[in-house]
Amino acid sequence: MLRDIRPAFSLVVLFTLFLGFLLPEAFTGAMQLALPWQANGSLLKNNGEIIGSALIGQNFTSPQYFQPRPSALDKPYDAATSGASNLGPTSAALQTAIRQRVAAYTKAFGPGPVPADAVTASGSGLDPDISLANALRQAPAVAAARHLPATAVTSMVEKLAHHAFLGIIGTSHVNVLELNLALDHPPAT
Amino acid sequence: MTIQGIAYIALVFLLVLGAAFPLGRYLAAIFEGRVRFLRPLEAGFYRLAGVDETRAMGWQAYAVALLLLSVIHFALLYAILRLQYYLPFNPQHIAGMSPRLAFNTAASFATNTNWQAYVPEAQISNGAQMFGLAVHMFLSAAAGIAAAAAVMRAFASGAAKTLGNFYADLTRITLYLLLPVTIVAAVLLVLAGCPQTFSAFITAHTLQGDTQSIAIGPVALQEAIKELGTNGGGFFNANSAHPFENPNAWTNLFENWLLLVIGFALPIAFGHMVKNPRQGRALMAAMAIILALGCVGTYAAEASGNPLQTAIGVAHQGGNWEGKEVRFGIPASTTFNVSATGTSTGAVDSFTDSYMPLAGAIPLFLMQLGEVTPGGVGSGFYTIIVFALFSVFVAGLMVGRTPEYLGKKVQAKEIKLAMLGVLILTLFILAGAGFSLVTKSGLTSLANAGPHGLTEMLYAWTSATENNGSAFAGLSADTNLLDYGLGAAMLFGRFAFMVPVLAIAGSLAAKPRLPESAGTFPTTGPLFIGLLIGVIIILGGLQFLPADTLGPLAEHFLLQAGKTF
Repeated sequence: MLRDIRPAFSLVVLFTLFLGFLLPEAFTGAMQLALPWQANGSLLKNNGEIIGSALIGQNFTSPQYFQPRPSALDKPYDAATSGASNLGPTSAALQTAIRQRVAAYTKAFGPGPVPADAVTASGSGLDPDISLANALRQAPAVAAARHLPATAVTSMVEKLAHHAFLGIIGTSHVNVLELNLALDHPPAT
Repeated sequence: MTIQGIAYIALVFLLVLGAAFPLGRYLAAIFEGRVRFLRPLEAGFYRLAGVDETRAMGWQAYAVALLLLSVIHFALLYAILRLQYYLPFNPQHIAGMSPRLAFNTAASFATNTNWQAYVPEAQISNGAQMFGLAVHMFLSAAAGIAAAAAVMRAFASGAAKTLGNFYADLTRITLYLLLPVTIVAAVLLVLAGCPQTFSAFITAHTLQGDTQSIAIGPVALQEAIKELGTNGGGFFNANSAHPFENPNAWTNLFENWLLLVIGFALPIAFGHMVKNPRQGRALMAAMAIILALGCVGTYAAEASGNPLQTAIGVAHQGGNWEGKEVRFGIPASTTFNVSATGTSTGAVDSFTDSYMPLAGAIPLFLMQLGEVTPGGVGSGFYTIIVFALFSVFVAGLMVGRTPEYLGKKVQAKEIKLAMLGVLILTLFILAGAGFSLVTKSGLTSLANAGPHGLTEMLYAWTSATENNGSAFAGLSADTNLLDYGLGAAMLFGRFAFMVPVLAIAGSLAAKPRLPESAGTFPTTGPLFIGLLIGVIIILGGLQFLPADTLGPLAEHFLLQAGKTF
């Protein structure tokens, strides 16, 4: 036992220095040089000002914008934190919340079946995406609020949509910030 | 359920099992000391630490070294968490943790559990993550793999008194396995969008004119070792559901692969160590079959969707979306969570608390089986060896012959030690959850009512005792009862099981390897694989069925009857 104290203690210290300081310092330095955009959070800028991260969802409430998914965070899309509702499938609170969201969604975007991702809270509370079905369902109302033809907005959604690779890896979805940014700054045609 | 969903599960297995064969061969080479490409660095560690790598340890010495290193590292992490306010890389001035939370967190990371009773963004500094938690992610994984290597040597040798040198095992596994794979994986993750910076937050002015503060940090490196070492401690509260930890469907697949690959490579390494690859493949097959059933079952239950929601106008859209991220989809989300509970990773890319009752029951059950499908790195291997010993014991009882495993006689001593390990786990899970549910403190921790609340508590004690670390995360776990109770469960679940297993290894190592005879029960074919699966499910799982019936099974039937709580 006594003969083990030095090696056990020393290895803890050495590995803490090596794996806890040297490795992250060197790796962070290398990544800051090689892949600075990703390493710093995939930030999007507008006239030099950071408007968000391409990976992190934002809250949009104005009818001129596509709406993101419900966020279970105390302040929706507060990226200083993250998390899910953790409400179980038999939770009455979840059932009530979904009923209210369905009502709000059909009021804003017309009657009909409501895409599931539009009325359920995401895992992170920061989900940057909505399903393609959800985006297409919102498109006419967003177009109306912006006095644009519905077809223009719909085709913009379709152009920005991501699709599953071979139908297996991933889903058909749209990044809400990317989409709303394109609405504000339509690419020159 | 769709064909594409099943194809995704098949793809994960194909990629993992395909890689496990070459990786297993490489692991055996590491365990046998044949990998030396960083030899100067390795030798430097030994010299500075005063390690005599030629010292062969018996099981007691091996266990003492492992325990001592774990205790010292536990104490260091406890100190770091208490003192993080004064330590570097804390630009947000996050305060030191309370004693109970620091105890729970230190126990959690020293045992490779990574149960998170804290909220990372608010309660732990980037520095403490980096030189506290992440170092444990390497070393606790390496210690588990080292213990597995020691068990392998017990079968590889004829009558031997020793199991290897713990310090050399730990150093070699860290330098030749965990470090290079982590670096390569972390580069790929940064490429896909995981941040790696020493900044702690970014302020953005959103399109709509609000201010958004975005937590950030050295995520990619920790994410890589978090999955590879079956740790699971997320840099962020949302774990692998957070876009910075898991930016897209490709990283999700890659992280899923990372967290499974060593677990499946270890039985292959075992086959090489004992010079009989078929023995390793049989263990791997049993692990893979149970995990595959779990993946398909959970996917099926989740893909059915929640009938309560469809009844109020929600489109079906492939299943139950509460707590899931759009970019992954249903089958990739369920496969990730099942993989992370079949291993002892406990990372999640979607929130199991919101899964359909039966879909949540399967991850729970996989943990209750003892974390062997393929389990935590190292721990999964030595646990399935215990089940293999039980299997030959049961087979031996049927024909009235002293059972053997790989030519080593399995006798009363080994079986008693193995039962001791299993009973300690069962005791902590059932007594812990039961006790918590009759205390006021335990009940106020629950986030959900009805049978779902019972599942939350049962899941917590199962996850801690089996060193998984995932949660029905609605549970408020930072209380006196749960910080100390689950902390103790993690420590006992890890070490009160590992030490008897090392004792078994020591006892078996000393026995001569008997030649195979006509009466030897073959431990390679489908008969053995079937028996092993049966023993895992009956011995590992059956004792929990009454509790599971009151939780997820009851909830399933109540949900079908339209009941909410």
